[in-house]
Amino acid sequence: MRLTINGELADTIRAATVLELLDELKIAPGRVAVEVNLKVVRKAEYGTYRLRDGDTVEIVNFVGGGGWRWL
Amino acid sequence: MEDKLIIRGIEFRSRLWVGTGKYKDFAETKRAVEASGADVVTVAVRRTNITDRKTDNLLDYIDPKHYKILPNTAGCYTMEDALRYSRLAREAGISDLIKLEVIGDEKTLFPDTIGLLQATEILAKEGFIVLPYTNDDPVMAKRLVNAGAAAVMPLAAPIGSGLGIRNPYNMKIILEQATVPIIVDAGVGTASDVAIAMELGCDAVLLNTAIAGAKDPIAMAEAMKYGVMAGRLAYAAGRIPKKLYATASSPFDGML
Repeated sequence: MRLTINGELADTIRAATVLELLDELKIAPGRVAVEVNLKVVRKAEYGTYRLRDGDTVEIVNFVGGGGWRWL
Repeated sequence: MEDKLIIRGIEFRSRLWVGTGKYKDFAETKRAVEASGADVVTVAVRRTNITDRKTDNLLDYIDPKHYKILPNTAGCYTMEDALRYSRLAREAGISDLIKLEVIGDEKTLFPDTIGLLQATEILAKEGFIVLPYTNDDPVMAKRLVNAGAAAVMPLAAPIGSGLGIRNPYNMKIILEQATVPIIVDAGVGTASDVAIAMELGCDAVLLNTAIAGAKDPIAMAEAMKYGVMAGRLAYAAGRIPKKLYATASSPFDGML
């Protein structure tokens, strides 16, 4: 599956859900927030939210603030 | 007597709030935050590094169990961006608190108060506890409260400028009419600036650069802690009025 994750094209994604994607990227789900096609995915929905080919995914976390790096 | 800051039922240990930007590393951030005595720590929301997972996480140093993590929307120039960042921040974090910034100008980082007002209204309706960063404008402060702001955060001076409170008279008007806590946000340079804000009657001060940019950030963090405490005590104690001429403080009785 082809996804755009944090602005980068990723075309070898095997994950079918948000939870599987975080697992595949080795990101602990606790301290991040995930947005798919500009819509925030609630943590409770990570396991059931199905990703589709071509989705744009943003994964964010807290950093020292405020810096000036963009989504 | 307990003199605690409370916003929407949330109790705060300190009236000094600190940002976590511009430090050398997370270890220095942690030491500065500890020295400041702050219990509110602001953070920004940014993309997770998905190629290098070994990068340190700020929250490994600043334990959310001991500090109130206040996400901001720093860097947002439109209402839409500010809403997007706020919603992500709520999902990444543990509370409904958001320090709302909608920047209107790159050079001064002054707020776009129109976008700010609209975003405040929308987020307050979505259940956020909105703390908007705004100008030292008494009318806008009132409008923000009417739009649902839980506190108002007027700037002392431009972000990172270190100029201190440039318009104490506006700040006094904002304080006089305030029905929510007023927290000075941005522009203070040193401990006396913080003390002046607190002496005016401000409920708290949020700063970042004044500590992070000092030659010795840890020592400055401690100075800021005492600045807030001294200013608050002086405010509560009630200062003497300013007068043009002298008033003797020693008695005349018993003079030779």
